[in-house]
Amino acid sequence: MTQPFTGNLEKIDDYRWRIPQKYMPGMKVPGIIFSDEKMLKDIVKDNAPQQVANAAHLPGIVRASMAMPDIHWGYGLPIGGVVATDVEAGGVISPGGVGYDINCGVRLVRTNLEVGDVKPRIKELIDSLYRKVPTGVGSTGKIKVNFQEEKKIMTEGAGWAVKRGYGCPGDLEHCEENGAIKGADPSKVSDRVFQRGRGQSGTLGSGNHFLEVQVVDEVYQEDIASGFGIRKGQITVMIHTGSRGVGHQICSDYAQKMVNSLSKFKINIPDRQLACVPVKSDEGQAYLGAMRCAANYAWCNRQVITHLTREVFEEFFRGSAESLGINLVYDVAHNIAKLEKYEINGKMSLLCIHRKGATRAFPPGREGIPKDYGQFGQPVIIPGDMGRCSYLLVGTDAAEETFYSTCHGAGRLMSRTAAIKATQGRSIARELADKGIIVRYTGRQTLHEEVSEAYKDVTDVVDIVQGAGISSKIAKMRPIGVIKG
Amino acid sequence: MERYKQIPHTADLAAIIYGQDIKELFENSAYAMFDMMGDIEGLGASEIVKVRLVAPDRESLLISWLNELLYLSYSKRALFSEFSVTMLTETELQAEVKGQSIAKDIKRLHTEIKAATYHDLKIQQTNKIYMVTIVFDV
Repeated sequence: MTQPFTGNLEKIDDYRWRIPQKYMPGMKVPGIIFSDEKMLKDIVKDNAPQQVANAAHLPGIVRASMAMPDIHWGYGLPIGGVVATDVEAGGVISPGGVGYDINCGVRLVRTNLEVGDVKPRIKELIDSLYRKVPTGVGSTGKIKVNFQEEKKIMTEGAGWAVKRGYGCPGDLEHCEENGAIKGADPSKVSDRVFQRGRGQSGTLGSGNHFLEVQVVDEVYQEDIASGFGIRKGQITVMIHTGSRGVGHQICSDYAQKMVNSLSKFKINIPDRQLACVPVKSDEGQAYLGAMRCAANYAWCNRQVITHLTREVFEEFFRGSAESLGINLVYDVAHNIAKLEKYEINGKMSLLCIHRKGATRAFPPGREGIPKDYGQFGQPVIIPGDMGRCSYLLVGTDAAEETFYSTCHGAGRLMSRTAAIKATQGRSIARELADKGIIVRYTGRQTLHEEVSEAYKDVTDVVDIVQGAGISSKIAKMRPIGVIKG
Repeated sequence: MERYKQIPHTADLAAIIYGQDIKELFENSAYAMFDMMGDIEGLGASEIVKVRLVAPDRESLLISWLNELLYLSYSKRALFSEFSVTMLTETELQAEVKGQSIAKDIKRLHTEIKAATYHDLKIQQTNKIYMVTIVFDV
């Protein structure tokens, strides 16, 4: 299962490696992996490049099957995969190109607080956040919604939460798709999705999801950082979670439907997990409608958690969220499919961009980013592991190469079982405390599974995307408190 | 003969499942999934569910079976530990599963499996033992 990749990887330059189209007879385009020589040694170990090659078989794929430096083996598309298909040319959409946790994503929230305001009381603050924000497997949220409201969440996304007082309009302007992607269709969502997702609004979940209190350690481009409301020494909060059971069930339902439809559309793919249908087919449109429901559910989820966080800060620091400057910098999705226009062979074409463990990174001036960020470009939030750091990047013009896509995080190096074995007998909570990081968690194995050495160093990942020119560093944040499921 | 063996996978869970026949392979796949999800030792049998599924082929049927059980588990807030496949063809399955609600004992659940995936899925037979490797998304 984890045989290393033994195919040919041709060096294009210091940050780009090609799997030639002739590697497999069914490949329609080459594969391109963004990496440096050092990271490539780890990348080939789990055979993730084979998945890049498999994805190159997708009907209608254009330019290349791409992967970001945080690539690791998933199922179907690798994590870190970016694939674009030409909608008008019979291009396909694949749930395996999005992932089960639809719109797993991350948001960065700024504050006016300095590290000195928070550090002396970080343990109490983290305890308060842990009590307020539901975490862990099987957890349920504080906000109870009925079936009709769940359908509204699926179309209104973060806007549903703001309308009910869980946030402010500025939050929506600073969220990808303004917190709700158009074209969500709850009629394409099965009853079992509602049953599975019941009670999960406003919950963090488990695994690599987290809420972190951070301090901005470094700023790389002052003018852009300032434009985003970021400065050195400032306290920020990062929230990483997704669509919970809603997304999982939608992906499951549609992956099964698409496996069953492969013969109808005469599609041959090397891996059933890449099962797909033409975007323009009834089945493709149904999946898009349902996927968007899950995406909006996730944005609502992150908005509710932001509201809970604001409530904790207000009580803790005895001030309004407004006076504390608790504002959303930006929120990005990193498991999603979008319809976007790009020039392909001299013609503007509508493409279905799959970003699975990859983040959109629009350049300055591109429609779809907040007006106050127009001159800077789109903020890109890159969470690292709980023991190291995270980054704020910005999109660049050069990223047109990847359809304005970049990495999403650190990427795993070690399996969960290997991480548990390697850390047996160690108190990860104490090791983090020794580094000045207070952690509260729910799952008994969570800290062992999520230990730093189980992940690539996000700094290496970010340096590669910067070196390749597809996004640019703005700030580095260091965790001082973490809550996990 | 062991029912399953967990194997390394970078980001998710994977297991090789064994069975003396195909029915047992399906039963042991379900057992493996719930055994990796939580503590099913000593679980009661107050939740009894009959399952009936159809799929285009045997591998798809296996994944449909496991994902159906996941849906039942999350929607009923239950874990299952006993699996009896009463009818199985290449494209159809009937089974009865038994388990217990863990709504008041949520600590029994320690890993949230999102789905059983189709990745590299192939049921094989070696020396009269059926085997399949399944990757579960967590």
